[in-house]
Amino acid sequence: MTAPHPATGGAPAPGGTPGGAADGEAFDPAAAAARATEAILHDTLHGPHRGVVVDSPPGAGKSTLVVRAARELAAAGRPLMVVAQTNAQVDDLVDRLAREDPELPVGRLHSSEPHPYDPVLDQHPSVRASAKVADLAGLDVVVSTAAKWAHIKGVEPWRHAIVDEAYQMRSDALLAVAGLFERALFVGDPGQLDPFSVVGADQWAGLSYDPSASAVSTLLAHNPQLPQHRLPVSWRLPASAAPLVSDAFYPYTPFRSGTGHGDRRLRFGVPSDGSGPDRVLDEAAESGWGLLELPARRTPRTDPEAVGAVALVVRRLLDRGGAAVSERSADPVPLTADRIAVGTAHRDQAAAVRAALAGLGVVGVTVDTANRLQGREFDVTVVLHPLSGRPDATEFHLETGRLCVLASRHRHACVVVCRAGVAELLDEHPSTEPVQLGVTVKFPDGWEANHAVLAHLAEHRVSWRP
Amino acid sequence: MSLITALARMEAVRDRRARPVATVRHRHLSDRPLVFVPLTTAGEAGAPLGALVGTERDAPRLLVVAQPRDRDLRFAFLAELAEVVLPYVDSYADDVDLEERKETDPETGKKVPVQVELCADAPQLLVPSGAGVEFVRLLGRSMRFRRTAEQDPETPFPAPARVPLLGRWLTHYGERSRVPGSCLLQAMTDLLTRHWATGQSHLEDQHLGALLAWIDPPDGMPGDEAALRAESERDAGGQLLCPPAGPATDPAFDNKLLAPAMARYDAARMAVAGAEDGARAERHLAELHRAEAEIRELIASQMRPTWDAVWRGLDLLRALPEGARVAERWKRDRWSYTGHRDRVRAGEPPQPRVDDAVTAAQKLAARETAQAQLEAQEALDDPLVMAGRRLAGEAFAGEVAEVVMAWSETKVPRPRPLVTVRTGDRPHLAEGVKLYRVLPDGRTQTGEFAGYAEPDGPDGPADPSEPDGPAGPADPDEGAEPARPGDVPEGAEGALVVRLTGGMGRGKTPEQGSVPEPGDRVCWTLFEHAPRGGPELPDPEATPWTHGGPPEAAVAQAPDPVTEEDLL
Amino acid sequence: MAGRPARQPEAAGAGRPPRPGKALRQRLAELRGPATTPHPLDARALAALAANPGCRRRALLDGAGVDKLALAQALGSPAAFGQSQFAHQRGNTFEARVKADGGQALTRLLHERLRDGSPAPEPGTTTVPDLTAAGPQGRTARTALALREATAAGGWALLDHPMVSLDIAGSPAFLEPDAVVVHPDGSWTVIEIKSFPMVDGSADPAKVGAAARQAAVYALALDRVAALAGARVRHEVLLVCPKDFSNLPTAELVDVRKQLAVTRRQLTRLTRIEEIAATLPDGLTFDLRLADDGRTVTRPVEELRAAVDAVDAAYAPECLSACELAVHCRARCRAAGGVESLGRGVRGELGGLTTVEAVLAAALGEAADADRPAPPTGDPAVDALRRAAALRAEALRAAPAAVPAAGPAPAPGPAPEPAPAAVPGPAAGPAAVPGPAAVPGPAQGAACR
Repeated sequence: MTAPHPATGGAPAPGGTPGGAADGEAFDPAAAAARATEAILHDTLHGPHRGVVVDSPPGAGKSTLVVRAARELAAAGRPLMVVAQTNAQVDDLVDRLAREDPELPVGRLHSSEPHPYDPVLDQHPSVRASAKVADLAGLDVVVSTAAKWAHIKGVEPWRHAIVDEAYQMRSDALLAVAGLFERALFVGDPGQLDPFSVVGADQWAGLSYDPSASAVSTLLAHNPQLPQHRLPVSWRLPASAAPLVSDAFYPYTPFRSGTGHGDRRLRFGVPSDGSGPDRVLDEAAESGWGLLELPARRTPRTDPEAVGAVALVVRRLLDRGGAAVSERSADPVPLTADRIAVGTAHRDQAAAVRAALAGLGVVGVTVDTANRLQGREFDVTVVLHPLSGRPDATEFHLETGRLCVLASRHRHACVVVCRAGVAELLDEHPSTEPVQLGVTVKFPDGWEANHAVLAHLAEHRVSWRP
Repeated sequence: MSLITALARMEAVRDRRARPVATVRHRHLSDRPLVFVPLTTAGEAGAPLGALVGTERDAPRLLVVAQPRDRDLRFAFLAELAEVVLPYVDSYADDVDLEERKETDPETGKKVPVQVELCADAPQLLVPSGAGVEFVRLLGRSMRFRRTAEQDPETPFPAPARVPLLGRWLTHYGERSRVPGSCLLQAMTDLLTRHWATGQSHLEDQHLGALLAWIDPPDGMPGDEAALRAESERDAGGQLLCPPAGPATDPAFDNKLLAPAMARYDAARMAVAGAEDGARAERHLAELHRAEAEIRELIASQMRPTWDAVWRGLDLLRALPEGARVAERWKRDRWSYTGHRDRVRAGEPPQPRVDDAVTAAQKLAARETAQAQLEAQEALDDPLVMAGRRLAGEAFAGEVAEVVMAWSETKVPRPRPLVTVRTGDRPHLAEGVKLYRVLPDGRTQTGEFAGYAEPDGPDGPADPSEPDGPAGPADPDEGAEPARPGDVPEGAEGALVVRLTGGMGRGKTPEQGSVPEPGDRVCWTLFEHAPRGGPELPDPEATPWTHGGPPEAAVAQAPDPVTEEDLL
Repeated sequence: MAGRPARQPEAAGAGRPPRPGKALRQRLAELRGPATTPHPLDARALAALAANPGCRRRALLDGAGVDKLALAQALGSPAAFGQSQFAHQRGNTFEARVKADGGQALTRLLHERLRDGSPAPEPGTTTVPDLTAAGPQGRTARTALALREATAAGGWALLDHPMVSLDIAGSPAFLEPDAVVVHPDGSWTVIEIKSFPMVDGSADPAKVGAAARQAAVYALALDRVAALAGARVRHEVLLVCPKDFSNLPTAELVDVRKQLAVTRRQLTRLTRIEEIAATLPDGLTFDLRLADDGRTVTRPVEELRAAVDAVDAAYAPECLSACELAVHCRARCRAAGGVESLGRGVRGELGGLTTVEAVLAAALGEAADADRPAPPTGDPAVDALRRAAALRAEALRAAPAAVPAAGPAPAPGPAPEPAPAAVPGPAAGPAAVPGPAAVPGPAQGAACR
C-alpha cells in the first residue's frame, strides 16, 4: 500500500526527460524544454494512458504548457474541461487563453456568489461566463475551480481534462471531479505547499487513497504505469538560484536555469550609503542572494525590528533606482514596485510589513504569505525568514514547501531578513516524529532543506544592527 | 496554543488553581451516561484485565479477567460486558420522534419528503481519558468480526452470542468520537480540559487525577501540590495512591501485587485440575476462589479511584450551564445513533476493516464541516470563546456609532444600510469580506466590510485592497493569529463600516429590529455561523479510475483467522 | 527499492565523532565519580538523544556515562519509568516465537515485503551462525566475523542477537539488535521485533517512530562493520509485530533515512560535551558517593542539586516520557516560573518574556479594556498580551453564570502575584466590575447580538 511520491522516486520516470545534460556537454535549455513539451503533448494527445503527470519546478513554464495543451486538444476536436484550485488561478488561465487565442471559445464556470470572477474576462469576446454548466455546453474549453466542478452532476463526461496545480489538490477533491472526465493531464509543482486537513486524518494514513493526501499521490498509487514527465528548465529562477532551489527542494528531480550567469543583471543608479540594507542589496544584486542578519533575539512573530528592516530594504530598493537587464530586453528595465514582493510565513507578519511600508510611503509592492505567493513571479523578493526570532521550530515553520515558495519567486535576486541563531534553533529541534506505516517518506525534509538554504545564505550575509 | 489560553494557564499557575476557558458547557451530558473504566494487560494488544461499568455512581459492575491469557475467561468478560452495555444501548432505541427528511424517490428520481424515526435521546459512553477512547475502538475492532456458534457452527473458537454485536456498537461509538463536537463517546480528560486551563502542560493534563486536582483540589490544598501528589505519591508498599486512569496499569502494581496474585491463582487452578479426590478438590477450589477474589479486589482497587474521578468530573461539568447550541449538535449524535440502530436492525454486516475511498472522503468532509460548525457555535455560545476569535482577528465587537441608510442599485432597490462600528478589535479585513452576526431573533444577518471609517464618520467604501485569497486550502495556522496593530491603517482608530446585505426581510424597508441603532452593541464574525458541507461524492460503486475503481466487496467482511494463541 | 540515501549535511565521518582526548575522558570520569563505571547507553538511550538536543544537562550526563535514574532517585525526584513484567514476558515470548524456526519465517516475511522479484528463500537454507563469545568485545568481534562470512557465502543468514558497537564520547557503547538478516546480494537488514500489534496494517505511530529511531542506531553501528566487509546496510528496516489480535507475526518495511540522518548528527554533536565540560567549575562532580553496600548514597542532596544546577537544562514537558531526570528538571523549571513548564508551544508569541511572572505583569501592566486598548508599547508581545488579558477579563465579566474555580488563590503562588493595583484582576468575581454592556442570558446570542 505504499503510495509512491513522484518527488521521491529514484529513477526518472518512464518517458520523462532528464534534468540536464551530462557533465561537459553543452546544455541547451530551450531544446531540452522543447523536447519535454513535445513528449508531454504526444502522450497527452496520442498516448494510450488515461493520465499523464507533469512535474513542474518553479517557473518552468507550467502555465504555458497548460495553455498550449488546451489549444492543441481543442484544435484536435477534443473539447476539454480545466480544473484549477483557486478562482484567481482560473481567471488567470482564462485570460491567458483568450489573449493567446482570441478565436478559441472558452467558458468560465463560476460560483453564484457576488463578484464570482475577475471582470477583466468580460473584455474578451470569446469568453462566456456562467454559473450553469449547461450555458457553456459546446464550448471548446470550460475552466473552473475544483470546488465548483465538484457540484456538477448528470452531464456527459468530457473526453479530456487538464488538472492544474494537482499537487496542491487534495485526493478527495479529485475523487469528487474525476467522474467528469475520461482522461486527464495533471500538472503541478511537487515542491510547493502540500494540501492538508484541519481535522485528523491519521486513520487513513498509508492508504493509497488517503483523502487528505495530494491528488497526484493517490493517482499514481493506483495507476503506477502512467507516464510522468518533468519540465527540466526554470525560466524564472536565475542561474544563481536554480542550483540551490533544485538541490535543496528537488534532490531527486533536478532542474536547470534557462538563463546563464551573465544573462540577468541588476544595477542601481544610486550608490550604497554603507548601511546594512544597502550593503545587502548590493550583495543580492551581485550574487542573486542576500542575507540581512539582525542580532539574535527571541521575538514574537511581528518582530518590529525585522519588519522594519524588511520595509527599509524595499524602500532603498526603490530609492536607489534599480534597473534589471534580462534576456527579455536588451535595455535595462526600471525596477518598479509591481516587480517587487515581500514574502512572510504568517498573515499578521504580512500585515505588519504592509503597515511599515505604508509608513515609509511605499505603495504597490505585493506583500503576502507563502500560501498566497504560490505560482507568482517577481524580479526581486524580500523574505522575512519563517524561523527568524522564534524560540522553537514547529512543523509549520519547517515545512519544506513554505521555504521553497519563498525562495523561488524571483527572477533576479532574493533578500532574506533574519535574526541570527536559526542554525542553532534547527540543531536544537527535537526529532521525535511519529511514523505511519505505509506512508512514503517525503524528501527532502524541512529540517535539511532549511539547513541547506541557510548554509548558502551564510555566504551572502550582511550583519546589521538597526 | 492561543495566547488567550496561554494566559489562562499562567493565571492558573499564579492562583495555584485551574482557571476557566469556557463560561458555558460546550458538550452534551446525558442524564444517565454509561461510565466505562477499563484496564488492560500490559504488553497485550487486546487482553482486558478488568472494568468498572455502569450508570449508577454507587453501584458499578466489576468485571475481572483473573488470567488474561485464558481465552475462555476473556470471552466470559466480553459476554458480561455485553450484558451491561447492550441493554443500556438498546434502552434508547424505541423512544422515537418522527422527523421529516427529503429522500430521492427511486422511481421518479425526485426529492420527496418522508417521515423517518429519530431516537428521542441516545446512549452516552464516558471513559476516563483519550487512551480509553482508543481502547473502546480496539475492543470494537477485536469483537466485530468474531463469529458465534450460531453464525457459523464450524468456527473453531466461537464467541459468546452478543459479543460481535457489542463490537459493532463500540466500533460505531469509537468512530463517531472522531467527529469534532460529537458526544456519544467522550473522555473525561477532554471534557475537563475543554472548560478549564490548569497550570501544567497539556501532556500532564492527560492524567485525570492530576487534572481534577487542579480544578477541584482537596480542601485547603493548592492545586499544583494536589496534582503532584495525584501524579506520584506512593504508599509504603510503593503503590500509587492515585492509580493511572488506564487502560494501562502502573508497572509497580503489575510486578508487586498483580503478578504474585496471578501466580497463586494459576497454582490453585492447577491444583484443582490435578486433585485426586473430592475433599482435596473442594479445598483447592476454595483456594481458587480465594485467589480469584484477591485478584478482583486488587483490580477493583486500581479502578475505583478513577471511577470516582469520572463522576466527580461530571459533577463539575454539570454545574456549568449548557451552551445554547449544544442540543443542536446532540441532535446529530442522535441521528448517528438512530442510523446505526437501523443498520443493525436491517441485518447489515459489520463495519469493514478499512474504509473505501469514497467512505474515507465522506468521513473527512463530514468532520471538516463539523469542525467548522463547532468552532462557530462555541464562539456564539460563549463570550470567552468569542474573545479568542476576536483576538485572532476573526471577529469584532463594538458599539454602533452611526447608521446611514442606503439601497442597492438594482431594478428593485434593496436596503443596504451602512453601519459604522467603533471597536478596539483588529479583525483581518479586506474590502468585501463577508461578515455575519446573530440577530435578536436568532437568525443570522449577513454583511460585508465596506471600509475603515474616517474619524468623522463613514464615507463609503475604502479603496479596494487585495484580490480574493485562494479558495483552496488555506494555512491552518493563518486562521488563528492574534490581530496586530499593524492591521489597522494609521489614523483609523477602529471605526469600521459594515454594509448590511441580508436578514432585513423582503421589503424596501428593513424589518423592525433588523438594523442596529447607534449605541447598540454588536458583534460581527468573519466566519459563517452555519457552514455547510462539501459536494456530494460518487457512490462507492462509481469510484473513478484515479482512485482504483470500485472496491472489491467480499474480502472486507471475512472473520479474523483464529489460532490457538489468539488474544481476543 | 535501491533508493539513494538521504542527503546528510555532514556525511563524511559522521557517526564517528572524533575521539576525545585523554583530558576529556579524565574529566568525564571525574564528573561521573572516579569509582563509578560508566552507565552503558543502549540504543533506546541513544535514540532518545534526539528528543531534546538543546539540553546541555542531558548531553553532559549521557556523555559522561552518569546513571540518571540513580541520580534522580538521589535527588528525591525519581522518574516514573518501569516495565511491567507482563509486557516483558510478552515481548520475550513473541520474539522467541518469531525466531522459533531458525529464521525461516523471518527471512520469508522479509522477502515478501521486499517485493523486488528476487527468488524466495528456499526452506531450510537460512543459516543461523553461532555468535556466542565471551564479553561484549568478544561478541562484537564474533558478530563482525559472522557478518563477513555470511556476506561472502551469498545466501540468506539470520544473526540472532548480534552485538555491535558505537563510539560514544570516547567509550564504546555495545548494542544488541533483535536480529540482522544478511541477503544473498550481500546487503544487510536490521530486524526490530516489537510486541505492539499491527491491526489492519497500521500500528501506533508513536511506537513505530520510537522503533524506527532505535533501529536507526543499529543500522548506524552496522554501517562501520559493513564498510569493512564491503557490504551495505539497507536503509529500510523490517519491523515485526503481532498481526491484529493474534500471536502470528506480520511485518512492514520502515524507511529510516531521516532517523539515520538525525542520529548521525546527534552523535556528532556529543563532542559538544567537551565545550560544556570546559565551562563547569573545577571539581564539579555528580558522584553519588555510594557506600560500600553499593546502594546507599552518602553525598548530601544539596551538593548534588547544586552540581546538577550548574549545567543548564532545556526542560519541556515532553522530557517526562524521555528522560530519567525530567521530574527534577520540571520542579526546577516550575520554581523558576519558566513558561516552558506549560509546554514548548507557549513560548511562540511571548518574545523575550520567559517567566510566568513577567508575562502576567506585562499582560496586566496597564489598565485597559477591550474597547479602549492601552497605547501600544512598541513590543508586539506585550501589546498582544494586554489585548488578550483585556478581552479575557471582559468575557469573564460577561459570563452568564458564576464560573467555577474562579475563586481567589488559596495560598500565595510560587510566582508572587504582580499586584495589578489599577486593574480588577480577572479573578475578581463577576459582579466586581460592571460589564461594558448589558449581558444577555445564556440563551441564543449570549456572546453576540
